[in-house]
Amino acid sequence: MEWMGAHRFIGQCSSFFDFLQQAKPELTPAARWGAGTSPSLPAQVPADEIQRHVLTHLAHGTTVLALKYDRGAVMVGDRRAVEGYQVAARRLEKVFTTDCHSAIAIAGAAGPCLEMARLFRIELEHYEKLDGVLLSCEGKANRLGHMVKANWPMVMQGLVVIPLFVGFDVKQNRGRIFKYDVTGGKYEETDYHAVGSGGKDARVTMKERFRKTLSEQDAVSLALEALLSAAEEDVGTGGPDVFRGIYPTVKCLNALGVADVDDDEVARQCNRLVRARSERET
Amino acid sequence: MQSVSAGAVGARNLMSFPFYVSPEQLMQDKAEYAQKGIARGRSIIAIEYRDGVLFVADNPSTSLFKVSEIYDNIAFSGAGKYSEFESLRKAGIQHADLKGFMYSREDVTARALANGYSQTLGTIFSQELKPFEVEILLAQVGESPEQTEFYRIAFDGTIFHERRFVAIGGRSDTLASALRDADGSEDRLDLKTALTRCMKAIETATEQPVSLQVLEIALLDRTRAGRKFRRMTFDDARALTD
Repeated sequence: MEWMGAHRFIGQCSSFFDFLQQAKPELTPAARWGAGTSPSLPAQVPADEIQRHVLTHLAHGTTVLALKYDRGAVMVGDRRAVEGYQVAARRLEKVFTTDCHSAIAIAGAAGPCLEMARLFRIELEHYEKLDGVLLSCEGKANRLGHMVKANWPMVMQGLVVIPLFVGFDVKQNRGRIFKYDVTGGKYEETDYHAVGSGGKDARVTMKERFRKTLSEQDAVSLALEALLSAAEEDVGTGGPDVFRGIYPTVKCLNALGVADVDDDEVARQCNRLVRARSERET
Repeated sequence: MQSVSAGAVGARNLMSFPFYVSPEQLMQDKAEYAQKGIARGRSIIAIEYRDGVLFVADNPSTSLFKVSEIYDNIAFSGAGKYSEFESLRKAGIQHADLKGFMYSREDVTARALANGYSQTLGTIFSQELKPFEVEILLAQVGESPEQTEFYRIAFDGTIFHERRFVAIGGRSDTLASALRDADGSEDRLDLKTALTRCMKAIETATEQPVSLQVLEIALLDRTRAGRKFRRMTFDDARALTD
């Protein structure tokens, strides 16, 4: 026997992103590609073309990274945005607190990136308010994967968005790092990861110095050092700007929540690292 | 009225032929029905205190809430039939989040939400066979105490802009008068006084002692950064009242 009205129950969902697609499809990222257009267009583009496209556009400057420590994870991002060979913005925030136990950092085209960060925050809050509980860490990571996947038509136009997700898993009592590919594929990293044009340089630095038992302070220091290396090698990544007092964004996630490391502390750490490097060079 | 002489055929006609009911009578019947439904339910109080708004609901459940967050500085509370105010609560959250996404977070207001609820409940009351058996309470805190707003929306969509305190649900009249009697000239209550005053009002209305265990307590606290809504656990409440 059919359960009367069961279809309504199944249709009910606590996702803001899904609700937006139904209520205001013109406001979703994919709509920019042309609402109602059949999604078969990307398939007609040759695979190597797609890959080249993705690679060139991923090179839009940024370095954001995440690193685990004994009680959680730290997340760091530079503040520069570039347009070709010009600096477009010096104070851009790329790391966002999305709820009391998670944060995302984003690399790619600035506009769609900021939009996705904003939408993801609302997505988590919407779920929390409707269901009365927080999503699980894994649930949040999966949800972000769906949003990246929905952005696929935009990838074809060169508007790539690659997030890095860090959550503190309250049940497992540890920090977790997830990276994504352009198709929305989600991969958990065990120790650290960095994305953006300077990502590789940052990863190399972390690879050399990472230990499983880093304290919060050491983790912040290593993360900033990795960012400094990336800023030295990659023109798209901004290092600490001592003239204007602009320093990288640093967030620590642990059982207590998400905490911003204040600018003075970041400035002190950056200055110490820069001094150590200049001593090494002379 | 046609004559009923042709046996079974006539009886069938009579069945499908609606008797005339005056609109006044129809509305009165619906109102009575809705009021009865609400009167059976428990009640909820919202009262202004020094740092925001305190909600106290007569609700022994620790998982099915009557008070909840709608947006950064707006809280919702529903009395009456759970399934009905729950659907209104969800609609409110969707409205608020959509509006906040389209414009900005500061453009989401309790006034607009209250209007939306008023429209919805009004339409349901006049057009549907069965009216909603609910009463809605919205509260919003601003940066200063003067910006606190209360809206009460009745089952037929009537909207009331209230001050200092509101009571909805089963014994709302008795509660409101008990609160009015206790309301002195003092400027802003502290949290403890506000809570004990609500408990006393509930005791007066229900004519039996009330314990913290059967109360659902929540706050809109303007001193909090970001989202102002917070639930108060039994332990928090006991520590406060002791």
